[in-house]
Amino acid sequence: MRITRTFQVAAAAALLLAATACGSSGSGGSSATGLNPPDLKAQSKLGTSEGQVNLIAWAGYVEDGSNDPKVDWVTPFEKQTGCKVNSKVAASSDEMVKLMKTGQYDAVSASGDASLRLIASGDAAPVNTKLVPNYADIFSGLKNGSWNSVKGQMYGIPHGRGANLLMYNTAKVSPAPTSWSAVFDDASKYKGHVTAYDSPIYIADAALYLKATKPELKIKDPYALDQKQFDAAVALLKKQNADIGEYWSDYLKEISAFKSGDSVVGTTWQVIANLTADEGVKVKAFVPKEGSTGWSDTWMLYSKAKHPNCAYQWMNWIVSPTVNAQVAEYFGEAPANSKACDHTSDKTFCETYHAADESYWKNIAFWNTPIEQCLDGRTDVKCVPYAKWVQAWTEIKG
Amino acid sequence: MTALTRTAGALHRRPRLRLALLLTAPLLWLALLYLGSLAVLFVSAFWTTNSFTSEVVKVWSTDNFHALFTTPVYRQVILRSIGVALAVTALCVVIAFPLAFYTARVAKPKWRPLLVVAILTPLWASYLVKVYAWRLILSEGGLADWMLKPFGLSGPGFGLPAAVLTLTYLWLPYMILPIHTALEQLPANLLDASADLGARSGRTFRSVVLPMVLPSVAAGSIFTFSLSLGDYITVQIVGGKTQLIGNLVYSNIELNLPMAAALGTVPVVVIVVYLLAMRRTGALSSL
Repeated sequence: MRITRTFQVAAAAALLLAATACGSSGSGGSSATGLNPPDLKAQSKLGTSEGQVNLIAWAGYVEDGSNDPKVDWVTPFEKQTGCKVNSKVAASSDEMVKLMKTGQYDAVSASGDASLRLIASGDAAPVNTKLVPNYADIFSGLKNGSWNSVKGQMYGIPHGRGANLLMYNTAKVSPAPTSWSAVFDDASKYKGHVTAYDSPIYIADAALYLKATKPELKIKDPYALDQKQFDAAVALLKKQNADIGEYWSDYLKEISAFKSGDSVVGTTWQVIANLTADEGVKVKAFVPKEGSTGWSDTWMLYSKAKHPNCAYQWMNWIVSPTVNAQVAEYFGEAPANSKACDHTSDKTFCETYHAADESYWKNIAFWNTPIEQCLDGRTDVKCVPYAKWVQAWTEIKG
Repeated sequence: MTALTRTAGALHRRPRLRLALLLTAPLLWLALLYLGSLAVLFVSAFWTTNSFTSEVVKVWSTDNFHALFTTPVYRQVILRSIGVALAVTALCVVIAFPLAFYTARVAKPKWRPLLVVAILTPLWASYLVKVYAWRLILSEGGLADWMLKPFGLSGPGFGLPAAVLTLTYLWLPYMILPIHTALEQLPANLLDASADLGARSGRTFRSVVLPMVLPSVAAGSIFTFSLSLGDYITVQIVGGKTQLIGNLVYSNIELNLPMAAALGTVPVVVIVVYLLAMRRTGALSSL
């Protein structure tokens, strides 16, 4: 059973990432992205329940006990509200956007890149946070982010977040690294045993490192790279490729590589670090001095939803303290609700995941989708769009 | 007369109608679902995508094929994939021939069916289980390292050689079986005649056995070649950082479907060429 659970979480998380998610740099709420969403009005009050709600979600976000009888926060919701939940697991952000466009769904657990696209196309409705009582308890760092709001208007309810960490095997890597240089400039020390996340969005990790080490490149936001900055990041990754043993895209692969010693240093998520430590491997995972990249998800409402009242009740339910604690623990992410920490089954969970540590999240540049209009507000240059990132990633791997 | 017997009678008198009714469903399957999807694949390779929403834009353009032929990384990956498929096929032949010779001609007849079953058993296990087993074998300090240590060597680690090795293991039964069948059907009196005429075993093998078994080797190679060319999971698990065509298709499928389609036509074309080449050996009639 544990295996299946891990598998699910792995799949969920792998998909989540494969899709390239989330937001933009930290707490910055600027809408310098040039986003001009259609003028939509948020609902002013809740009506009667429609009896059902159709959701699109990442695997592990809408659990009704069919995967694991003990993991069920849908049934109590249905009992309490009378809204029957129909959920569809999406494999990627692009699939989420496509599904939302079919008009059959009411809400989606969108990651940053999907959320920006949904807002821009008018598929996502502004959300009246007053109708979501639990919104008051959401960590302020997740409110009014550039990935879930436009000009102070929220377009969804934050669900949870996570950071990409540097993990190393304490027995084999010494001295202990403090910087991302362990996987970039000094990677040759562990040639063939360095690992990195297998996705184009990983280019942002290189950009983040260059932001700190090569000030002459003037990188402000790792998701807003002009051609020169982008080329520098790609060159760094091509150099890194010689030292890479393997790239990882799912949980199990990275855990097994650290267990066998095939990988000794590389990027990871907190939940993988925990599982690897559980396997008896001496590893440590932390945010290096340059800061790091990360991800955050938001529940968004379809602008022409057929069941908006049930959808609002769902958004309130999923971020309620107990349920948010359950889903965060099941998925392995920091909960969005500040009161969720009192309800986790593992009392140190929030500490491990830095749920309440806003200074920790200040150093995290949440994933965003690079577009031609530079996200950092520059107008004199064009930035490299995500499609080019995908192309470059193929070339980096060779 | 009941309706049933009337219908039966009508069908009996019209053999063409009978044939049409029998074949419509399978032919529809072949034409629509199989060839149709191949056609859609090919056509969509000429479309483009919107770079912001990744939606497919149905505007005719040959950009994808242009990129396919001019981008060094694509060329490199295509050649690498064909190389892997050829290497796996060659390794399979080298390993399968002696094995099949033993199971078909050397082993006692009563053991032969059991040996064939033993060859088939790996096919009963899940593909993923087998590949993950190889991941453990090839990992640092794994079985491969441990076995080679006394000779002062170490295993190949994860990478291209590991992928070739694992694929060889996976597809070996598909090579052994046709060779086994061909060797089993080889008339014993031909071998006797060869010996009577003074040929040594090497000459008999070259002049009698090999020409008769070659079509079966070619038949087996169609399996090993096409299965290796399309694989992208094994290489993800044991291939280290190696990319093959399948991985490129996979990484493009969500964001750039037309490019994925263009990449997807490459193995189709390669395999058609391979099949045409194999047809000359008579392999298709011994499948």
